[in-house]
This record gives sequence, C-alpha cells and structure tokens, in this order.
Amino acid sequence: MKRNLISILVAAACAWCGGAQAQISDGVVKIGVLSDMSSLYADIGGPGSVVAAKMAVEDFGAEKKGMKVEIVSADHQNKPDVGSNIARQWYDTDKVDAIVDVPTSSVALAVSQVTRDKNKVFLVSGAASSDLTGKACSPNTIHWTYDTWMLANGTGSAIVKTGGDTWFFITADYAFGHALERDTEAVVLKNGGKVLGKVRAPLNTQDFSSFLLQAQSSKAKIIGLANAGGDTINSIKQASEFGITKGGQNLAGLLVFISDIHGLGLDKAQGLIFTETFYWDLNDQTRAWSKKFAAANGGKYPSMVQAGVYSAVLDYLKAIEATKTDDSAKVIAWMKANPTDDPLFGKGSIRSDGRKIHPAYLVEVKKPSESKGPYDYYKIRATIPADQAFRPLADGGCNMGK
Amino acid sequence: MEILGIPTQALFGQLLIGLINGSFYALLSLGLAVIFGLLNIINFTHGAQYMLGAFAAYFLLSKLGVGYWWSLLIAPIVVGAVGIAIERLMLARLYKLDHLYGLLLTFGLALIIQGTFRHEFGSAGLPYSMPAELAGGRNLGFMFLPNYRAWVIVASLIICLGTWYVIERTKLGAYLRAATENPQIVQSFGVNVPRMITLTYGFGVALAALAGVMAAPIYQVSPQMGSDLIIVVFAVVVIGGMGSILGSIVTGFGLGVIEGLTKVFYPEASNTVIFIIMAIVLLIKPAGLFGTQK
Amino acid sequence: MAAIPTPYTPSADKLRHQRIAMIAMAAIFIVAPLVAYPVFMMKVMCFALFACAFNLLIGFGGLLSFGHAMFLGTAGYASAHAAKVWGFTPEFAILFGTAAATALGVLTGLLAIRRQGIYFAMITLALAQMIFFFYLQTPFTGGEDGIQSVPRGKLFGLIDLNQPFAMYTLVFVIFFGGFLLIYRVVHSPFGQVLKAIRENESRAISLGYDVDRYKLLAFVLSAALSGLAGATKALVFQLASLTDAHWSMSGEVVLMTLLGGLGTIFGPVAGAAIIVAMENYLSQLGAWVSVVQGVIFVVCVLAFRRGLIGEIANAIRKPL
Repeated sequence: MKRNLISILVAAACAWCGGAQAQISDGVVKIGVLSDMSSLYADIGGPGSVVAAKMAVEDFGAEKKGMKVEIVSADHQNKPDVGSNIARQWYDTDKVDAIVDVPTSSVALAVSQVTRDKNKVFLVSGAASSDLTGKACSPNTIHWTYDTWMLANGTGSAIVKTGGDTWFFITADYAFGHALERDTEAVVLKNGGKVLGKVRAPLNTQDFSSFLLQAQSSKAKIIGLANAGGDTINSIKQASEFGITKGGQNLAGLLVFISDIHGLGLDKAQGLIFTETFYWDLNDQTRAWSKKFAAANGGKYPSMVQAGVYSAVLDYLKAIEATKTDDSAKVIAWMKANPTDDPLFGKGSIRSDGRKIHPAYLVEVKKPSESKGPYDYYKIRATIPADQAFRPLADGGCNMGK
Repeated sequence: MEILGIPTQALFGQLLIGLINGSFYALLSLGLAVIFGLLNIINFTHGAQYMLGAFAAYFLLSKLGVGYWWSLLIAPIVVGAVGIAIERLMLARLYKLDHLYGLLLTFGLALIIQGTFRHEFGSAGLPYSMPAELAGGRNLGFMFLPNYRAWVIVASLIICLGTWYVIERTKLGAYLRAATENPQIVQSFGVNVPRMITLTYGFGVALAALAGVMAAPIYQVSPQMGSDLIIVVFAVVVIGGMGSILGSIVTGFGLGVIEGLTKVFYPEASNTVIFIIMAIVLLIKPAGLFGTQK
Repeated sequence: MAAIPTPYTPSADKLRHQRIAMIAMAAIFIVAPLVAYPVFMMKVMCFALFACAFNLLIGFGGLLSFGHAMFLGTAGYASAHAAKVWGFTPEFAILFGTAAATALGVLTGLLAIRRQGIYFAMITLALAQMIFFFYLQTPFTGGEDGIQSVPRGKLFGLIDLNQPFAMYTLVFVIFFGGFLLIYRVVHSPFGQVLKAIRENESRAISLGYDVDRYKLLAFVLSAALSGLAGATKALVFQLASLTDAHWSMSGEVVLMTLLGGLGTIFGPVAGAAIIVAMENYLSQLGAWVSVVQGVIFVVCVLAFRRGLIGEIANAIRKPL
C-alpha cells in the first residue's frame, strides 16, 4: 500500500515536471543482458553476449559523452518462468531500462509481455520465433538478428533453387520446431519442391538413428533439421556416422551457429548449408571486431546472436543520445525512424512492427582441407538482400493496437 | 513388401537400432542392478558416473593422447575409484538407515557432479572422434550398419553375460549374494564384507563409466548426457526386477527394441512407452518381471 | 517402516509454542512486502504451501513421492487455461486448478498406494513422467512456451488483482489457509492414525484400521493442496510452464522439505523460503545453483537429517 502511495506521488511530481526537461531516469542507463548462461545456448549467447554489450558501451564512448551506462546480466536457464521473473524484478526493483538478448523463444515471448506491461524496452537478439514481430508483436520490442521466417526463406528457398527439391524433415517436437518446419515447408512448396515426409523427435533426443534411417529410406535429396542446439549437433553427428552425406543426401540445418560447428568438428559438419546474418570473416570490419571480441571471450569467436547484442546496444545508446532521454516510447520511435549502421550488420533499418532489417547470408560449411584454422568454417554461397530476407510487413499479422 | 504400412526393410533396420539402444540400457541398468540387487543402494548418481566415464575418455584423448581402446580400460578404473571414495566416505554411513536416504544422497551427488561439469564445460557438448578401426560400416541391404554400433551390441552382450555369469555362477558371486542376504554370518566366516561391498559399488560405477566411454563417439560428451537417461534406466531396472541381473539385461535389450518400434509407428510416444510399461509392471508384479520380492 | 524420526507427543498446552510460531510466521509474511520484493514473497508462499502439502505425505504419512510435480503442473495448466481461455474469474480458476489436481491425485493415488517404499516412489515417478510427456505434446499447454499472459482478473468480479496489494493478500490468505488446514489435519485423529501407519503399518492393520484408505486420503489431500499452490502460482506469475511438471521440480520439493525438516510443521516453510531465496539471489551463478542444491542434499542426509526446523525443535525439546 505504502509503495503504491509513494509511486503515485512520484508520478504526480513527474507529471508536474513537464516534458521540457527530458532526462534519463535515475541518471543511469541500465541494460540487462538476459541469456542462457550455462545450458545449451550458453555459447550462442551467454557470457559472450555480456562481452558484446560491454564492447558496445565502450565503442559508443559512453564515458566520454558523460552518459552513465551500467550492464547487468542474469541466467534465464531457458525457462519462461525464470526469465519473466528476472525481467519483472529487474524492471520493478533494479531500475533496468532495457533487456537484451534472450535466446529461447518461449522466454522471449514471456519477457516481451512483461516489458510491455512495464513499458520498458526489449531488444531481442537470441530468440527465433517470428511471432515476436507477428501476432505477439509489441510496441516495446525490437527483434534483432534473425527469426524463423528468415531462416526458412533463406535456407529453404536457396536450397530448392540450387536443386534440393525433395525434403524430409526431422523436427524437434515443440513450438519452435513446429514453426520452423511449417515456415520451411511453405517455402519449399512455394518454390516447386516436395516434402516427402516428416518425423517429430522429442526435445533433447540423444539418439536420432531411427529418425535418420527413415530420412535415408525416403530418398529425399534434402534432410531438413528443424531443431537447434544439442538436437542439431546429435542429428548431424549421427548422420555422418550413418554415411548419409556420402550416400548423396544433404543435410539442411535450419538453425545452426558457429559454436555448434566448432563443437562438431568440420569432418562431421562439412557440407551443411544454412543461413546466418553475421559471420566474423565477412569483411575487414567484422574481422577486426571479432578478433577483439574473441580476446575478451576466451578465444571463442562471436555468433550472430552476440553480434546482434552489440549492434542493438549500440543503436539503443545512439537513440538515447539523440533523444536525450531513456523514455521507451521516444527511444523506440527514434530507432524506428532512423536507419542503422554498424560495423557488423552494415546498413539496415527497423520496421514499424519492430523487425530489424539487414542482409542475410547463405553459408556452406567448409571441408576440413579447406579450413585454415579454428573458426574458419564457412563459405558464403549467397547474399540475400535486406529487403528480401525478412517477412513482408503485411504478412505478419502484427496488430499493435492490442 | 510392407508390414502395417512400413516396408520390411525399414522395419528390420529400426529393430536393429532398437537393439543397439537396448545395449546401452542393458549396460547401464546392469550397473544399477548390481548396486541395488547386491547392496540395496539406489544409486541415482549412476547417470552422472556414466557422464564421468565419457568425460574421462575425452580427457584421456585430448590431454594425454590416450586412445579409445585404452580408455575402455582406464576410464572405468578411474571413475570406479571415485565411486569407491563416494561409498567409503558417504554411503557407508547410511546403511543403517532407510534406503530412501541413499536415494537422496546419490541424487544430491548427481546434482553436484553435473552442475560442476556444466559450469566448466557448458552444455553444448564436446566432440569425441570415433576410433579409426571401427569407423565406417557395411551395407546390409536393408540398412547401412555402422561398424561402431555393431561393436556396441557385441561388447555389451559380452559384458552383460560375463557379469551375470560371475555373479550368478561363480564362488565370488555367491559370496557377494550371501553377504547381502546376511552380512553378519558371512563376515563371521572371515569374509571382509565391507570391502566386498565397496568393491561391488566400485564395479557397478565402473560399468556405468564403461557405458559412458562407449557412448562418447556416438552421443555428445556433455554434462547433461546422464540426467534424463538415468530416469529411463531406473525404469528398466524396476521393470526387470530390482535385484535381478538377468532381468535388467533382458529388459534393457527388450525395451530398446520396443522403443525403436514405437519410434516407427508413433514417435511422439517413444519417451512415454517405457514409463507406461513401468507403471503396469509395478501394479501387476512389483518385484519386476524377473525379480523376487525381498 | 519407521523411516523418518520425529519426536512428537502433542498435548494441548504443549502446543502453545507452535501457536506462537504460527503467529510469528504470519507476521513475517504480512510485514515482508514492505521491505522485500512482493513478487518474491508470493513465490515463497506458493512453494511453502507446496512443500507443506508434500510434507503431509512424507513427514506424516511416511510415503516418499517422487512425482509431486505432476500436481503442481496440472493445477497450473488447468487454472491458467481456465483464466485465459474460458475467462474464469480468479477464484474459480484457482478452484478449477485445485480440482484438476485433486482428480489426478485420486487416479494416481489409487494406482500408487498399492505399493510401498521405493516402489511407491518409483510409481509416482513413472506416472509423473507420463504426465510430463503428455503435457509436452498437447497443444493446449503451449509446450515449451507454456501458457503465457494469463490474466489475473478481478476477484469475485470486484477486486482487481493486478494491484500488487490485492494479489499479495489473496496469496497470503490461500497460503495461511492451506497451512492451517494441514495443521488441523495433522493434529486430528486422522493425523494420528496416519502417524501410526507410518510407524508400524502391520500393527495399525491389526488394530482394525483400513490402512489403504487412510493413505489414499492423505495422498489426495497432499495432491489437492499441491494443486492449490500450483493454481495460485499460475496467477501470480501469469504463466504456466513445463518447469512445474518436470521431475526436477519433484526433486526440489523433496529438497525443500528435507532442508526444513521432514515431519515438522514449519520445516517446509523454512525450507521453501531458503531454497527460493537461494535460487533468486544466486541466479547469477548459473550452474552453481545446481551444485549448491546438491551440497545441501548431501549435507542434510549425512549430518543434518532433522533439517533446520527439526534441529531447532530438538534443541528446545519441543515439536515444531
């Protein structure tokens, strides 16, 4: 009760202040990096995301500009209840202004709701679900880096166009896997391909041998892996064991990160085709940044998720500088109104539904003989321009009015 | 030709794979059954010890350059020694108490071991390459059988039957079985019962570690590899009969096959089918299919 | 099977200290939101109720269930679905969730009660796993996403539960009510018979008690109150997820009760508070939380079997 009274008084006082004196709440811009710090996405986001966020603050030159920026972090353990609790506590008691990263779509959806309720800012880099800018869109959420539609359209259409026109799906049997399978199937069919079969594997399956056997006997040219993390690694490892690529079939990893390839080793992962929006070896700028990142991250090169955290934090800080406030509505309005430019993703923009637009790259994993060293894993097969990489605004079903 | 809509070729392939999975179940439940059947300890740490075996193989390879074949021998000994330490320092204190305390202790130990490894190594898993002698496979006509998986079936059959033979048919095994039924009398015969118990626990743990080494080339070497598996292995042991060595061997292989078949006809249930069977068995014959009520 | 040692001989005035402790506990929870984060305190209360319900079964009934998460999870999903999709007002959503858990308790109880000891634990584990995998796949639970954005609604159609004060009061009333119910049950003739069954089942049978019916009743009561905790929790966090039905949640409630003191009245509350606080404040340490939980398990089993409240009770030589 007392707390409510105090906050009413404070709110009243602020209302009296008027809009002229726009200022940063509590004098500090506090950014929370909420990620999976210890489990299957820890290498994709995790402590690396914290490193990326800190690099962004440094490169932005916050100190020189007299802006106080603080980074906090926490582990959501891939559980929506844990994630939403942390988010709520951060907003309520720890004065956090924005949350960044959050791999795992289920957690991101929950955090997006909490952020909307508390009217703060949510910059998603890690999560995949395209619903974040679709039916679950929010005026407080900006979806960076990638999403399931982009993965499906990047990987799916490119593979079909290069001759992979018959598919068999091995899908992780939960919401994210279903969505990825659905989006990719739509793309395959649209491009004149055929889906010869699908099989659902429970999440965290250790042994894919029987699913791979079914895929093999379907004789589909492409085996689409609609799963992530440990499931993908296991599928790929066991596929190599069963001589699938040697038998003429190709694996399409629908969500793969460079840390997965590093964990698998090139002899097992070679030939894999997938889409990412960042690779450390793209150009001089990405190379320079990635080397700096690796030095601060124990020698591990950045994933696109971590690069996305850097890019998002940078743009957020620019927005605060420009609008001279950390009021969520104003900051997000600025971010949507102004194109983005950073050394990692190049030129891009943020749409009204909160979708960040930038180019995507179709990559193929090198053979062991083609690689010159650790993390030298990708060949860029194609570049998908920014305006084609993501789902058109009208198709999303985003209704901000809700 | 098709049976129930599945071509026989694919069906036999799946059966074979089920047998392979069953080998792991059998090997793991063997260790658990040895420990429970002979020592009345419910070893929840078994999954973590399996993981330790795989990690031991990984370290032997990456830090000491020791290959797979030697790891098969060394890793179980090392992890078995750890198991002996656990037994001496902690489990031995609980023998006078209710079995459930042993369950809780080993559950806690599993959390500690897995948490520590997860903290150090994350969860994505570490690669372990297949030994060159077993790489590749042969085309059997109805499926491509990787050599390594064939090796797994053969090896686990040998180990399982060997263990069963030692326990059920040799003098050493007889001492062991007698010691669990009536430790005081056996001790009065001059047999060092506590040491036998310790070594038996160590042996059960070593079996888990051995399974871990064999799993390393095909599954990921990850800290979580044992945690969901342990529940399934418990189900196998319970179905087979908690004290019965033969029961867990037969059930392990059998459930592997059943799981494989379920994966073909109704894959979403492949996780649940074992528990359904477990519940049914517990209701009809709680001592398990091969067990005798203690 | 005298598994869990508890010194316990109640008589009316000897219980005065328990009443004092109860008032102290209520006072703590009433004052807490002024200094601590209210959502955190609500979480503690929900888990405290869950642990108390679990303790009813093991501490007083002597039955270790390794599948209690199925009740927490079922109630959570049921009440979340009722509130979000059917538009139930919160009191009916919670009642519905509790009813669902109770029904599940009856079904599983009928199956599980037939066995004892480790077999009982294994059956409850098996049943809980089946329920978990069922929830993993049915569409209504939302699988990994869970049921999100559950509306808190207006209690009785009048009181808006989005006001933190109103929600807190409701959770406190539910927790304290559940706690009092358990207290009454434990001190009732029913509770006494239950204890007798725990101490020596064959003797209780020879005295003419229908042992199975008592055990089933205890089981269903434990399931119902766990369900109450789960249904309330779903509204507090406006989310029902798979975590609540996973076997690690079953392990956690065992941990809370063990730490607090099996068979004590206040033990589960203390245990729940400590474990929830630890998870909250150590969450930065990630995997270490697992390790710390494991260490607590090991230490409690080896040296600290009476648990926190149990040790205090032993020191003051009065049951708590």
